[in-house]
Amino acid sequence: MASSPKSSTSSPQASSAEKKRSVPLSLLLSTWGFLSIMVLLPLVAIMVRALDVGPLELLSTFKNPQMLFSLRLTLIVSTAVVVVNVVTGTLTAWVLVRYDFPGRRIMNALIDVPFAVPTVVTGLMVLSVYGPKGVLGDILAKASLEIVFAKPGIILALLIVTFPFVVRSVQPVLMVADPAAEEAAATLGASRLTTFFRVILPPLVPSILMGAALSFGRALGEFGSVIVVAGNIPMKTQLAPVFIYAQIESGFMESALALSIVLLLMSMIILVLFKVLERVTSRGMQGVRA
Amino acid sequence: MSAGKRKRTTPLQAAAILAAVLWFGVLILLPIGVIVYKAFENGAGAFLAALVTPEARHAFRLTLIITVASVAVNTLIGLPIAFALARYRLRFKTIVDGLVNLPLAVSPIVAGLMFLLLVGRIGWFGDALEGAGIKIAFALPGMIIATMFVSLPFVVREVVPVLEEVGTEGEEAAATLGAGRLQTFFRVTLPAMRWGLIYGMTLTTARAMGEFGAVMIISGNIIRKTQTVPLHINQALADFDYQGAYSSALVLAAASFVILIVVQTIYQRKKGSENE
Repeated sequence: MASSPKSSTSSPQASSAEKKRSVPLSLLLSTWGFLSIMVLLPLVAIMVRALDVGPLELLSTFKNPQMLFSLRLTLIVSTAVVVVNVVTGTLTAWVLVRYDFPGRRIMNALIDVPFAVPTVVTGLMVLSVYGPKGVLGDILAKASLEIVFAKPGIILALLIVTFPFVVRSVQPVLMVADPAAEEAAATLGASRLTTFFRVILPPLVPSILMGAALSFGRALGEFGSVIVVAGNIPMKTQLAPVFIYAQIESGFMESALALSIVLLLMSMIILVLFKVLERVTSRGMQGVRA
Repeated sequence: MSAGKRKRTTPLQAAAILAAVLWFGVLILLPIGVIVYKAFENGAGAFLAALVTPEARHAFRLTLIITVASVAVNTLIGLPIAFALARYRLRFKTIVDGLVNLPLAVSPIVAGLMFLLLVGRIGWFGDALEGAGIKIAFALPGMIIATMFVSLPFVVREVVPVLEEVGTEGEEAAATLGAGRLQTFFRVTLPAMRWGLIYGMTLTTARAMGEFGAVMIISGNIIRKTQTVPLHINQALADFDYQGAYSSALVLAAASFVILIVVQTIYQRKKGSENE
């Protein structure tokens, strides 16, 4: 896997940049035409509408305590989900790449299932287990543990939806990493913890952060699963996208716009961050290959 | 690779494996099992009956139309974009790449709002469209456009790395041997990128079938008119029709799951055999 066939093309920017021809007009037009209509135009529409309403007007909507609450809740649960994913995702990737155990292949194939399951179905999945009529409903009620229509339910739904991101970012990096360095460290007398934090972890950090960025971005914007699991209770379970939805439904465009712009800007920052990390990671992997 | 793996398992390793398997099992496999159980809790008859109600049938038909349309357009236009990104010196490449990836990062609700601001009653083209008698928002065309937006990145993202990897040598050889452009494309380029393309189309399908937020905003969520399967599931839950929700949810998830797993397995096997 680490051998030659890829290395000849793995640095296309460097080797074939001069060879690359300029784009034929037909490709250029279809690319820019489609992207302009489908992506650029909607972006411009929301920005222009925001400017129409006026920045001050939009800022004043942040006095709305429900809006502030929804944004804060979204940031808190997204952070919690990322922290859990970083640990469980890295562990899962590690176990899948380094160890052999019965069911490893099946588990590896099923990691992406959350991507295939429609988001509303994910919500229903959580309800079917932890909801009042769910299989664990009675037990949870007796223990008076509130999961659905509360924050734990939100976090559970988000954990399912975002589960594959860290696993799938870390896995390929682990696959090309050389276990020899770890063995050398161990032979030289490094403790397990030292080996983990000084030898194993550092090369994984960019890919872990990449998975974290994707998880965070997905969690910020998630709607379907969380509205099914937690409903739309202001000041309790109302997340930012749910707040925007409620505002659109009741015709309060200003606050919907203001919070949408905030989410949109955060998505763009995450996207840029992700691209930077992606470049770092692929450079690291090429280094290992070469 | 397998040589390093088959060492004796230490207790620490066993604990790590157990933790990962348990987490995955409880978080993801358990709820999937429960949904299958719930769908058939009242028997296969009840499961099927909930799928043939007029609302359910209408929803499945809508989802099918929207999915086919989104996959077709995103494939036909995703390919030229992928070629432009992978094969040519493209100006503003970073921006093109960013625009392609943006739908992955944007909340579906924000996406829905953006299109509402274009084609909705309050949108830029709202009056013009209404004057011309064209219905886009709260109707099928708007739902297709919103779904196209959220599922736009997948074909491009899967095809670009494949195109970069296979290079242009085969095509140049074919051209030298006198093959026409179309012939080269269908006989050389298409077979080389086939699996990347199919995998991208599969991801597009999964995303299009399941889209909820953006379609909810742009469709107005009108029963038996603009409700796709995800909206129908949501409606059934709101009406306490649990059988209806579980039946449709199981069919929708199973369809998308089977397509994804089958294609992924073939794709990985293909990639594995090529790398050996």
